[in-house]
Amino acid sequence: MTTVAESPGLAELRPKRTYLQNFARFLREKPLGTLGLGIMLAFVIMALLSPYFVPKDILETNPRTILQSPSAEAWFGTDQFGRDLFSRTLYGSRISMMVGFAVLFMGTTLGAILAIITTYIGGKVDLLTQRVVDAMMAIPTLVLALTIMSVLGASLFNLVLAISVATLPNALRTVRSVVLSIKATQYVDSARATGCTSLRIMAYHVAPNCMAPYLVIASVALGGAILSEASLSFLGAGAPEQTVTWGSLLSRDKLQYFALAPWMAIFPGLFLTALVFGINVFGDALRDVLDPRLRGSR
Amino acid sequence: MQQYILRRLFLFIPTLVLVSVLIFTMLRIVPGDPVLLILAGPDGEGAFTREEYETMKERLGFNDPLYVQYFRWTYGMVTLDWGRSLETNERVTDIFKRRYPVTLQLALLSFLVISTIGIPIGVLAAVKQDTWVDYVFRGFAILGLAMPTFWLALLILLALSLWFNWIPPLEFVNLWEDPRTSITQLIFPAVALGLSAQGTTMRMTRSQLLEVMREDYVRTARAKGLAERLVIFRHAIRNSVLPVLTILGLLLGALLGGTIVIEIVFNIPGLGRPVINAVGSLDQPVLQVIVVAFTLIFLVLNLLVDIAYALLDPRIRYS
Repeated sequence: MTTVAESPGLAELRPKRTYLQNFARFLREKPLGTLGLGIMLAFVIMALLSPYFVPKDILETNPRTILQSPSAEAWFGTDQFGRDLFSRTLYGSRISMMVGFAVLFMGTTLGAILAIITTYIGGKVDLLTQRVVDAMMAIPTLVLALTIMSVLGASLFNLVLAISVATLPNALRTVRSVVLSIKATQYVDSARATGCTSLRIMAYHVAPNCMAPYLVIASVALGGAILSEASLSFLGAGAPEQTVTWGSLLSRDKLQYFALAPWMAIFPGLFLTALVFGINVFGDALRDVLDPRLRGSR
Repeated sequence: MQQYILRRLFLFIPTLVLVSVLIFTMLRIVPGDPVLLILAGPDGEGAFTREEYETMKERLGFNDPLYVQYFRWTYGMVTLDWGRSLETNERVTDIFKRRYPVTLQLALLSFLVISTIGIPIGVLAAVKQDTWVDYVFRGFAILGLAMPTFWLALLILLALSLWFNWIPPLEFVNLWEDPRTSITQLIFPAVALGLSAQGTTMRMTRSQLLEVMREDYVRTARAKGLAERLVIFRHAIRNSVLPVLTILGLLLGALLGGTIVIEIVFNIPGLGRPVINAVGSLDQPVLQVIVVAFTLIFLVLNLLVDIAYALLDPRIRYS
């Protein structure tokens, strides 16, 4: 008996490529996506290395250099306490990106895993989960995150938790639709017929096939989480006061200084926008490559 | 159709109940004690006796079991008795009545901005696909999506105040008292909110239109010699507008959240300020009501979108 994999014609339908070849192809065919990837990498490196090459102490106040405009001395100017904004902006990338990646794991990944489990089990579990997701999605994201922050209080972990909870329903919903279609495929049926346990089917058959849409929503969520952190910190419901993030550099209690010292508002926002721009562009390219069905879903 | 609307309205109930339970429990597991917060004042220095504390707690109903508190609250919600702010003792209904119209007006104005910017440039980008027009507009859209709303608003505010000496007005006029002044007062905040949210709409319009342009009936229209303008306006746009409508409906819900941020930047007396204050001071009555109100508005908007769907697309018939 010849199995499908052995029959000669079929194997050639989809040429086998190694990950490296696929990656090289991505770089070649998606210049904009490559640019996005480059921007992301640059920011990751900057965040990792910033403690070592930041020119000045980020907490050092200096009453003689208050609200100075950008100069050779202080590239991005100084803030209302005379602290060097270039150093603070570089340093701020650390927490902002950390929050982004943490939300990716706690919100998107958890949402995807929950989606796989509840949808695969189906029935009442699925129904109940979907009603809760309905309720959570009906509350505007920012309002939900704000409420959670008010309940939990300002801390970095709570910030991650609040944004994750607000992100999770979206991931759950998107992955659920994919799992539903996978559940109906014949390979899942045949896996069950050969006696695979549910856990095995979920881990080896359902989860890998959810990878493409997962990566796509993950890239969207990463940018979204970084923006949410900034908005929450701006509203004063974000990271604790002394933490330096892009959001806290722009927080609303600095509003009065921005008219006197616009550079205080411009540079952190510019960095944030550049990073999110890179993530979005990369995410778009990833979507084009991985999942044509999701094209234009945003 | 009527039956469909009724059924959808009926489905609101479980969602609203769930949201209210979620919000209620969330606000009750708070570590902080609201009674203590009222008595001690914002700086935590007010003096009070144990007795005063107990009477206050009793008066506010915090001694009752949680389910009693929950039902009292939901009963109050339904009968439009929303309680009083723990912080200012003002009736929540009054806060809402005074501030809600401003927020709604801001949201609707920016919705208008989004539709008038997002849809036309989406169409233009699709028609001129892969030319510099397409690239510029797409870049514009992605850039809008990458900027935090409040930051864009800050930049606009800074530019206006530095170059045009425009500062946000101190007093806002009601729409029905002086519509012209009211709209001009809110136009810059609305533009700020609209510009930052326009990207989604633009991209959706573009990708939908591109998809429709590949359809057979568009080729037929071209083949029979119809002018390109007519092909696009008569055949393509009409068929690509529906998914865009969904996005716009969902966007309005998100806009309500976005208004909070914009209101803080431009100092607009909408619901943003009380939300932020309530978050800071754990003002449960205010926060609960506003969250539920936002949710209800979002649900109603979604229903309206679905109804508009049926009205615009004769193929869809709800039974």
